Amino acid sequence: MCDSASPNQFAQKLDSYIDSLTHKKENLIGVLHYAQEIYGYLPDNVQWHIAQRLDIPSATVYGVVSFYSFFTMIPRGEHVVNVCTGTACFVRGAEKLKEELENQLKIKAGETTPDNLFTLETLRCVGACGLAPVMIVDGEVHGRMHEAQDINEVLAKYRPES
Amino acid sequence: MDIQLTINDISLKVPEGMSILDAARTINIDIPTLCYLKLNEMHYNNNIASCRVCVVEIEGRRNLASSCSTPVSSGMVVRTDSLRAIQARRAMVELLLSDHPKSCLTCAKNQDCDLQSLASELGVRHISYEGEESEFEIDKSSSSIVRDPNKCIRCRRCETMCNEVQTVGVYSAVGRGFETVVKTAFDLPLSQTACTFCGQCIAVCPTGALTELDQVDKVWKALNDPDQFVVVQTAPAVRVALGEGFGLEPGTIVTGKMVAALRRLGFDRVFDTDFAADLTIMEEATELVHRIQHGGRLPLLTSCCPAWVKFFEHQFPDLLDIPSTCKSPHEMLGVLIKSYYARTLGIDPKSITVVSVMPCVAKKYEAARPELSQGAETADVDIVITTRELIRMIREASIHFDHLKEQEFDHPLGESTGASVIFGATGGVLEAALRTAYEVLTGETLEKVEFEVLRGMDGLKEAVIPISGRDYRAAVIHGLGNARTVLEKIRAGESNYDVIEIMACPGGCIGGGGQPYHHGNLEILSERAQGLYREDRAKPLRKSHENPAIIGLYKDYLGEPYGERAHKLLHTSYVARKKI
Repeated sequence: MCDSASPNQFAQKLDSYIDSLTHKKENLIGVLHYAQEIYGYLPDNVQWHIAQRLDIPSATVYGVVSFYSFFTMIPRGEHVVNVCTGTACFVRGAEKLKEELENQLKIKAGETTPDNLFTLETLRCVGACGLAPVMIVDGEVHGRMHEAQDINEVLAKYRPES
Repeated sequence: MDIQLTINDISLKVPEGMSILDAARTINIDIPTLCYLKLNEMHYNNNIASCRVCVVEIEGRRNLASSCSTPVSSGMVVRTDSLRAIQARRAMVELLLSDHPKSCLTCAKNQDCDLQSLASELGVRHISYEGEESEFEIDKSSSSIVRDPNKCIRCRRCETMCNEVQTVGVYSAVGRGFETVVKTAFDLPLSQTACTFCGQCIAVCPTGALTELDQVDKVWKALNDPDQFVVVQTAPAVRVALGEGFGLEPGTIVTGKMVAALRRLGFDRVFDTDFAADLTIMEEATELVHRIQHGGRLPLLTSCCPAWVKFFEHQFPDLLDIPSTCKSPHEMLGVLIKSYYARTLGIDPKSITVVSVMPCVAKKYEAARPELSQGAETADVDIVITTRELIRMIREASIHFDHLKEQEFDHPLGESTGASVIFGATGGVLEAALRTAYEVLTGETLEKVEFEVLRGMDGLKEAVIPISGRDYRAAVIHGLGNARTVLEKIRAGESNYDVIEIMACPGGCIGGGGQPYHHGNLEILSERAQGLYREDRAKPLRKSHENPAIIGLYKDYLGEPYGERAHKLLHTSYVARKKI
C-alpha cells in the first residue's frame, strides 16, 4: 500500500496502468489486483471508475470482486492474518486456530481490529500442508499453530513495541 | 456436416454443433428445461446449464450431461427418459424448491411460473431436502420493477437479457456458493442504477423474482372515490394481447370488448392512446421538417419509448439534442385530458385521475418523471397499469370477457386512424410518420400506404424514401443493443440518417415487458403484430393528419402543430444521467 500517496495520486497511478494495457476488458482481474494493491481494498467508487475505464458494466465488476475471496471491499488493517482452511489444515485443527485468533484479536473472521492493526481472514491451502494448521501474516507462513501461547507470540511480533 | 446419433433408440442425423436438447426436439422428444432459454429472433441464448434440469444419460459417460449445453457427437447414444435422468431432474427441482419461498398462492407469478409448472410436470410431490433458506431484501425502490431475490433461482436469464440483448448491464451474479444471487452493482436499489425499466428481464424471469410494481389496488381505490373523475386510455399493443388472458389466440383483436370491460370496471371515460399517437405524428413530422428547414441536428430520433429515453440519458448524455422533444403518446393524452378536456367538461384537473393501460413497465416510471406534470400536484398521467394488471382487474371483477358486447371509445379523444394502431409494432411509428410526411410535403395522395420494408423482426431496417426530390434516409431499430450500435455510429459522425425510430423492446410494444408472458414462444409477438396490421387495414382512415378529432383539436385549442401551446403541453426535455 502506498501510505504516503493521496487518493488523487492513487487514481493517476491506476489510470496510467489501465492506459498501458492493450487489452483492457480482458484484463479486469489484473486491473482489480493492481487497484487493490494501491488502495488496499476496492471501494465502490474505485470499482465504478474501473468499469468506466474498461467500458464494462459496473455490476460485472462488482460480480467479479464479490466472487474472489482475495478481493476485499472493506479497508484492511496494517497486518492481514489469514487462517488456512484447506483440507489438511482443517483436519489438523484450523477451526480451533481460527477461534483462538478470534478470541485473542476480539474480532470475527473478515473483520478488522478497532485500532486498525489486524484484519483476520481465511483462505484455502497455501501448499504448506506439512506444517498444518498454518496461519499466514502478511504473506509469512507460521506452521503447527496448535497452542494459544504460540499464536500469541506470533501476533506479538507484529504489535508495535510499547 | 451431419452427425449421426441415437436418442431413446431412435436414430437421427443433425447438423454438427447442435445441442442434444435441440437434436431431441427435431424428433419430438422434449427434455424439460428451466434456466435454458433461446430466442432466435432476439439473438438471445441463455444456456449456462446452471439448473441441471435438462440432464440426460449418455452411454459410456460416468455423469449425466446437461443437454442444453452439450453438443451432439458422432455415434452418441442418449437416453432422456431413464430412471436415473428422471430422478436426477426431480432432485434438482426439489433442491431448488428447498430454498424457494412456498408462497405460490399469493405470488404474482402464480400459475404463470416456469418453476411451478416444472415441479408439476416432473411430479414433485414433496421436498426431500431441508436446509438454510436465503433471506434477501425485496427491492421496491423503483416505480416499475419489483425485485425479490428470495425467488431468484440463479438461472441468469435476466442478466443475459440485460447485458447481451439490451447492453444495459444492470445485473450480475454476485457472491459465491449458496450466497450467490443476481444483484445490481454495489447492491444499489434499481432506482439508482442505469436500469431503463424496459422490463425485458421480467419477460424472461421464470419465477416471481422480477415482477412489475402492482398498481391494481390504486386503480380500484380511484374508481371507488366519488370525488374522482377517472379516465382510462389504452395503448395500441394492448388490444392484440389482452385476449390471451382469457384464452383467446395471440393477435386476436379485442378492442371493442376491452372498451366494454373498462366501462364495466367503472371508468368515467374510455379514451384511446391511439388518438395521441396520431397527434404525435403531427408534432414529430413537423419537428422533422422544422429541423431540416432550419439546419437542425439530424437524425431525429423518436421519443415514444420511455425505456429508450432513459437509455440514451444514461449511455449517451452527450447526444441529448437529437431525440425528438415530443412526449410519448400517453403523456400527450394525459396532459390534454387535464387541460383541454377538463375545460370542456368544466372540471378541476385535480379531481381527474388519468389511468394508462400499457404493454410496458417503463411507462410506470415515465409517469413519475417530474418533467411530465403541470406543477407538483398534477401529473399528466396518475397511474399506469400493464396489460397483465388489466387482465387481473377484469378477472377480479368476474367479467366474462369473451361474452362482452363490443363498444366504442368515447369521443373526441378516442378517435384514431390506422396509422396510430401500428405504433404498437416495430416500424409502426416511422410508417405512420411517412404516410403523413409524404402527403404534407408533396400535396399528393399516397396510394400505397403500407411500407413493408419497415415491418418484421430484423433488428435494423433501413429505407431511402424519395419525397419531393429529396431522399429521406430512415431506419427502424428495436432492442437497446441494436440502438447502441447505431448511436455509437452517430456519435462518431458515421451515420447519415434523417430519422430513426427506436423502441427498447424486441418487436416493439407488442413485445413489451408488461404484456402477457410469451414463455419463450416469439411466434406470439408476430401474431400480435399481424393483429395490429389487420386493425390498420380495417380502419376507414389510415393517415394521422386525416383524423377529424386531431384537426378539430388544433383548430379549437392547440393552434399550429409544433406551435407555442403544443410546445408547452406536448413537448419535454431530457436529463443527463450517470452510467451505473
